[in-house]
Amino acid sequence: MTEAPTTTDSVYQTEALIAEDIDAYLDVHQHKTMLRFITCGSVDDGKSTLIGRLLYDSKMIFEDQLAALEADSKRVGTQGQEIDFALLVDGLAAEREQGITIDVAYRFFSTEKRKFIVADTPGHEQYTRNMVTGASTADLAVILIDARKGVLTQTRRHSFLAHLIGIRHIVLAVNKMDLVEYSQARFDEIVAEYRAFADSIGIAAFTAMPISGFKGDNITAPSENTPWYTGPKYAGISLIAHLETVEVNATADQAKPFRMPVQWVNRPNLDFRGFSGLIASGSVKPGDAVRVLPSGKTSTISRIVTMPGKDATDGDLPQAVAGQSVTLCFADEIDCSRGDVIAMADAPPQAADQFEASVVWMADEALIPGRAYWLKLGTQLVSATVQAPKYVVNVNTMEHLAAKTLELNAIGVAEVSTDKPVVFESYEANRTLGGFILIDKITNATVAAGMIHFSLRRAQNVHWQALDITREAHAGMKNQQPAVLWFTGLSGSGKSTIANLVEKKLHRMNRHTFLLDGDNVRHGLNKDLGFTETDRIENIRRVGEVARLMIDAGLIVITAFISPFRAEREMVRAMMPDGEFLEVFIDTPLAEAEARDVKGLYKKARAGALKNFTGIDSPYEAPYAPEVRIDTTKMTPEQAADMIVERLLGW
Amino acid sequence: MNEVSSGNTLTHLQRLEAESIHILREVVAEAEKPVMLYSVGKDSAVMLHLARKAFYPSPPPFPLLHVDTTWKFQEMYKLRDRMAEESGMDLLVYHNQEAMDRGINPFDHGALHTDMWKTEGLKQALDKYGFDAAFGGARRDEEKSRAKERIFSFRTASHGWDPKNQRPELWNLYNAKKSKGESIRVFPISNWTELDVWQYIHLNDIPIVPLYFAAKRPTVERDGMLLMVDDDRFPLEPGEVPVERSIRFRTLGCYPLTGAVESEAATLPQVIQEMLLTTTSERQGRAIDKDAGGAGMEKKKQEGYF
Repeated sequence: MTEAPTTTDSVYQTEALIAEDIDAYLDVHQHKTMLRFITCGSVDDGKSTLIGRLLYDSKMIFEDQLAALEADSKRVGTQGQEIDFALLVDGLAAEREQGITIDVAYRFFSTEKRKFIVADTPGHEQYTRNMVTGASTADLAVILIDARKGVLTQTRRHSFLAHLIGIRHIVLAVNKMDLVEYSQARFDEIVAEYRAFADSIGIAAFTAMPISGFKGDNITAPSENTPWYTGPKYAGISLIAHLETVEVNATADQAKPFRMPVQWVNRPNLDFRGFSGLIASGSVKPGDAVRVLPSGKTSTISRIVTMPGKDATDGDLPQAVAGQSVTLCFADEIDCSRGDVIAMADAPPQAADQFEASVVWMADEALIPGRAYWLKLGTQLVSATVQAPKYVVNVNTMEHLAAKTLELNAIGVAEVSTDKPVVFESYEANRTLGGFILIDKITNATVAAGMIHFSLRRAQNVHWQALDITREAHAGMKNQQPAVLWFTGLSGSGKSTIANLVEKKLHRMNRHTFLLDGDNVRHGLNKDLGFTETDRIENIRRVGEVARLMIDAGLIVITAFISPFRAEREMVRAMMPDGEFLEVFIDTPLAEAEARDVKGLYKKARAGALKNFTGIDSPYEAPYAPEVRIDTTKMTPEQAADMIVERLLGW
Repeated sequence: MNEVSSGNTLTHLQRLEAESIHILREVVAEAEKPVMLYSVGKDSAVMLHLARKAFYPSPPPFPLLHVDTTWKFQEMYKLRDRMAEESGMDLLVYHNQEAMDRGINPFDHGALHTDMWKTEGLKQALDKYGFDAAFGGARRDEEKSRAKERIFSFRTASHGWDPKNQRPELWNLYNAKKSKGESIRVFPISNWTELDVWQYIHLNDIPIVPLYFAAKRPTVERDGMLLMVDDDRFPLEPGEVPVERSIRFRTLGCYPLTGAVESEAATLPQVIQEMLLTTTSERQGRAIDKDAGGAGMEKKKQEGYF
């Protein structure tokens, strides 16, 4: 057993009160507030030990756990016969064997004033994503420094990330003070070094404290070992006392204008229509004028509904504030659904479809600029593309470096475009409306986190030129329904042959058509593009945009491109009005296409003379549900063309 | 519960409640076919209450699923049926037919009982109904591997959990997109502690199984555990006679596997008082955590246990 400071009980409470007057204790507990914080530090800075100490001191460790801990400490502990608190905190078997924390773990303890949720985040370089994850919900960050080692590269990295994710309260915990004889000079030296760094990255303020997680100094009460830690030069406050008093984000958010992303429309019967959500900022009362974004329609709040309960304060509320989950009813019947944002009428957020943002890449597969990803912001889910980054930040030196993409754990600044306007605010102004995640459309993995800086153009300022001759008028003149027939398939699968036949048949029927052929387009419009994955995506994007203009002109557009990636075909589909994009999968097995090898390309690719050749050293992703699938091993090109024409004309 | 406390700072219970409701609504908005796993314990009671609150005045738009082992306490079955009725939700009860046919029971089959009735039963039930998201009442403070599990926790088509390959979960943005065959376990009360759960039950008068309160009950002592003789399927050893003791339960499961504690705590404040002054952790009364050494629960979860 280590020596637990005897001052602990006064901070944590409790046993006497629990034993004597449980109702009084429950009343105290009921009124506690909550603070979420993260601890970050290098592997040996004593993070897990500090958390173990906080749990131990707040009596969150039970005897059976303690017995197991004592046994484990002797077996695999690194503290000799002493209790190794780190073992209590390191949860998963794999990492216990490695002796490092590899993921985000959440821990809970409470004092008389507050309940705390601690995100224990890793110190290892390859796990930046875990630290960003843990930090995203935190009100405060404890940056641990080993007093013997001072400010390390990892200290800088963790501080930068904490600042990037917008943590307002930073504690510099200079740990292991017991190993430097509680030296004031050493403490001052480290704080000065850190201050210079903090200034350079824009951290305006931090609270420095000399502690020992292992011995318990300045954790729950000022330590006798650091008598110098008082006076105007120092915070002079114990870690717990500080954690108990800093302002939490949810409270700060109440002072901002009212915003609530709509999660779900509650409509149990014709007489009730409510909009459910978690209030992101501000407060709301019945009678308040509100505006629904992005439509801009206005109404007044008629009710704030919650379920009636035992407590008289449940049921309809006179007011609700940031951090509460409620259901709002309007005085008027206006359109409002999931993804919309309800906001204060005279201070609404903007909508835009192009942003500059900081992006933290979290997947093994690097960012592909131009590829479509899902972007989730609040309750809005849209398709988005990210341009090649303007720069990436070297998190060790804070240098801005040029880069073509974002690799795992890279942090960069890039332009993001969405396929429709998104209601947003800068991340600095509002975490809920400024923070987003990117989701890979194929693997469904969360691949990035982003924080919006500002919009590059306001969507409402980009008016489509109003044209008197509408797309309907163009189509009407030609007496046809415009559409894109998007052929996809391996090289040599028969796309061009069949596409040609289809166009001839349509032409004979007096349809107005145009065939965009892969090879032809590369001679002109796309002659600046090569065959890397990025260039192939841009190739498809441009063809998609041209096809869209042509269907607006009333044409039936036929395209014949390998277009090997599902995500790009889906990107083009999303550009077109519903029902006007028909994916035609020319399904020819690789062996068959290679055997035909009309242009001799497979031979060259096999010989290594052609790189990135689809089917050989670049993948082809077959469509899951094409509108038309042509099995060329079972039908002639003529039969295939007939089938496609029939599908197009709806026969 | 919704009154804004002094200084306009929400209390921890108000914030936990708001977070849980937010999670429940996100799942309903994004999943195709959600279900709530209802085990009738105190955590399930809180989760059900939160669901009713999240969707009021509508009833929660998903059914309750009880993966039954036939060995739960009789009082649990009673409360289960009552709560389904009160909440206006459909109750689905699933029994693993193979376990039923083979007469698998906790007295003769040990770990196989949990494996077949619960782990296998759960997988079968989810597959049978095609649920793509299942709410569970697990909390991160219960056990070490839980502390690292996400709120949205993905399972492969065979229901396995891969702790090394969890999606990062940022802010309160949950990625509910899943690949074919995958399903999601969602834990809306991840951030609640045992004390929070009790206090919330107390504040909201949420009905719980009376076994949580002390009363005279017939018991026998086996391997250091106090077991309650809940029905006549309990095989008494020769000469073994059930003894009336004042007992209660800190957690509820299959009655032959759930250890009681001797107690006089007959009201909620007394129960909370006893919990706060006790020196052993909550799951200590359950045999399941003792299997396979220190990594017992993590291993079970990888195999598909909730």
